[in-house]
Amino acid sequence: MASTETGATSESLPQDPTNDLQSTIHGKARLGDKVFRNLSTGSGTLILVILAAVATFLVGLSIPALTADPEELQYGAFWAYALPFAFGTVWASFLSMLFAVPVAIGIALFISHYAPRRLAQGLGYVIDLLAAVPSVVFGLWGINTLAPLVRPLYVWLADNFGDLPVLGWFFAGPVSGTGRTILTAAMVLAVMVLPIITAISREVFLQTPRLHEEASLALGATRWEMIRQAVLPFGTPGVVSACMLGLGRALGETMAIAMVLSPASVISFELLTPSNPNTIAGNIALAFPEAFGLGVNQLIATGLVLFVITLAVNMTARWILASRKEFSGAN
Amino acid sequence: MKLRLTAALGLSAALLLSACAANEGTTDTDAAATGGSSEAMSGLEGTLSGKGASSMNSAQTTWIAKFQEANPGVTVNYSPDGSGAGREAFMGGGVDFAGSDRAFTPEENVAGASALCAEGAYAYDLPVYVSPIAIIFNVEGVSELNLTPEVLAGIFAGEITNWNDEAIAATNEGVELPDLTITPVHRSDDSGTTENFTDYMHVTAGDVWTYEADGEWPMDSGEAAKGTSGVVAAVTNGVGTIGYADASQAGELSVVKVGQDGNFFGPTAEDAANAVANSPVEEGREEHDLAIALDRGAEGYGIVLVSYALACSEYADSANTDLVKAYLGYIASEDGQNDAAETAGSAPLADSLREQVQAAIDSIA
Repeated sequence: MASTETGATSESLPQDPTNDLQSTIHGKARLGDKVFRNLSTGSGTLILVILAAVATFLVGLSIPALTADPEELQYGAFWAYALPFAFGTVWASFLSMLFAVPVAIGIALFISHYAPRRLAQGLGYVIDLLAAVPSVVFGLWGINTLAPLVRPLYVWLADNFGDLPVLGWFFAGPVSGTGRTILTAAMVLAVMVLPIITAISREVFLQTPRLHEEASLALGATRWEMIRQAVLPFGTPGVVSACMLGLGRALGETMAIAMVLSPASVISFELLTPSNPNTIAGNIALAFPEAFGLGVNQLIATGLVLFVITLAVNMTARWILASRKEFSGAN
Repeated sequence: MKLRLTAALGLSAALLLSACAANEGTTDTDAAATGGSSEAMSGLEGTLSGKGASSMNSAQTTWIAKFQEANPGVTVNYSPDGSGAGREAFMGGGVDFAGSDRAFTPEENVAGASALCAEGAYAYDLPVYVSPIAIIFNVEGVSELNLTPEVLAGIFAGEITNWNDEAIAATNEGVELPDLTITPVHRSDDSGTTENFTDYMHVTAGDVWTYEADGEWPMDSGEAAKGTSGVVAAVTNGVGTIGYADASQAGELSVVKVGQDGNFFGPTAEDAANAVANSPVEEGREEHDLAIALDRGAEGYGIVLVSYALACSEYADSANTDLVKAYLGYIASEDGQNDAAETAGSAPLADSLREQVQAAIDSIA
């Protein structure tokens, strides 16, 4: 979409008054310009081709499972099979974003506007380092450290909130004996997406025009008010983009979920029980080694569902952002 | 190929080194034994390829390393792609032998079914890898536990939910059982371990465990974890947990002894091998086709995984027949079984069964 927009503006450029100039002075087509233009156009095309290739692969291999008689399928009727996983994927990602986004924005603001320069730099490196940790390590950490650590908290939550009207939907027992619930998995996911959201938000916040900030401060705003008036409105589109990238990682995360979560084939909002809805990616990782025949197609078809979910979530977010453009301070 | 060969060589070197480090005395006899066999088999040359069950992968790695060490002219490959893939490749003639967590069914194993075997020949199901599955638990203050199959099934079916349940106390006099919720942990992935464990419960306690044997856990309740390592980690880190895992991976965890009437067996190599040896060969099988009708309640430890080596009674292309016989012969030998026990934690076959397997291998043409 972005490419068509830029294409439109570059086409409209010659309509400008500069048009005359261009017609009289023939610019020499330099090699660098040519190479760079082809390179960037090529890259833009390439990513579309890759995406199309992935989509073709998914659709092509899904069709046998989607059209087959449910009796023949290794895992039974497709939608009944895929629905709990689709729910689990969205639910786990939603919970992880609930944890990660506020913390990430907090860290980004701290680094960009509160911390002393030297500390900010060090902290930035540390956060970036977190992005390089393999998901298997996060999985091991989740199962061996985090889960036993948070279990007492879960017992307390279930004891105190499990019987309340609305909160009971989420905090009802029995509490998992190992603490490996969807809440733990969401925490692990949150830690994994944190560096992505933080790094981009930090860069965006640093781009806030100095004049906006100084104008705000000059009118008597405190630092927090300045951030609210100048930094956040300017940074919102960037932060949303960062969140989308993070959400993409959360939706697609496989290994950490497969290791940390204690899955079952259920749709449930309960956060503390041993029976948690599995995610699509996690389920594929668990079931693929022993899948055969149409079972492989069925698993790939759940991958297609994940693809569609990711696309839908992204487009919704873009749409919301676009419809609110006029409020953004960036314009 | 080259990489795999190098890896195998490296492994055999490492094995040799560790054997040296472990005990000087046995190294001499080991060397003498391998030296002797290498003289006997030194004429062998060629490449042998196998495919199949991942459960016996570490055993196969050991066997291959030792066998190639004794027979420098031979290359053996085993790809752990799963039992189903192994049986399929065997039928299609793509490999010389296969590994499988179950025997061919009588319907599958008809003369001429495999492209690999000579006309009129059928496949031998040779039990070569017996691995006990341990029931591991983590209850503070309890290190020994005797359970009947019914109580074990009740725990995993979610019917017995507290460690101080009378049914558990009945077979554990003198053990102080805490008032603690039981958290049963099962595998979240499809696995032969689960299949054998559910089969055990189905056969020995069918009234309590009403589900059929299945590689995928049939219930939605209880805790699930990925792979053997996941189950072990979950049981280790959890509170009041109980799970099942390959006995070689149980580590420091306490294990349950199962049985009836004061006769309780733990997942030791000997008891596991006895349970297999005390089970009859399935009826209606051809001679030397040793598909075991596993009697889960037989004297011994019945929660075992038996993996088979699948070979032809007669090969269509006789070029590799000697290689197959030599390799499988080594696997089924006392040395081969002990080597696997050392590295993979499997249970060496009992003598009676091992002799039957050897006789079958000798009859391969």
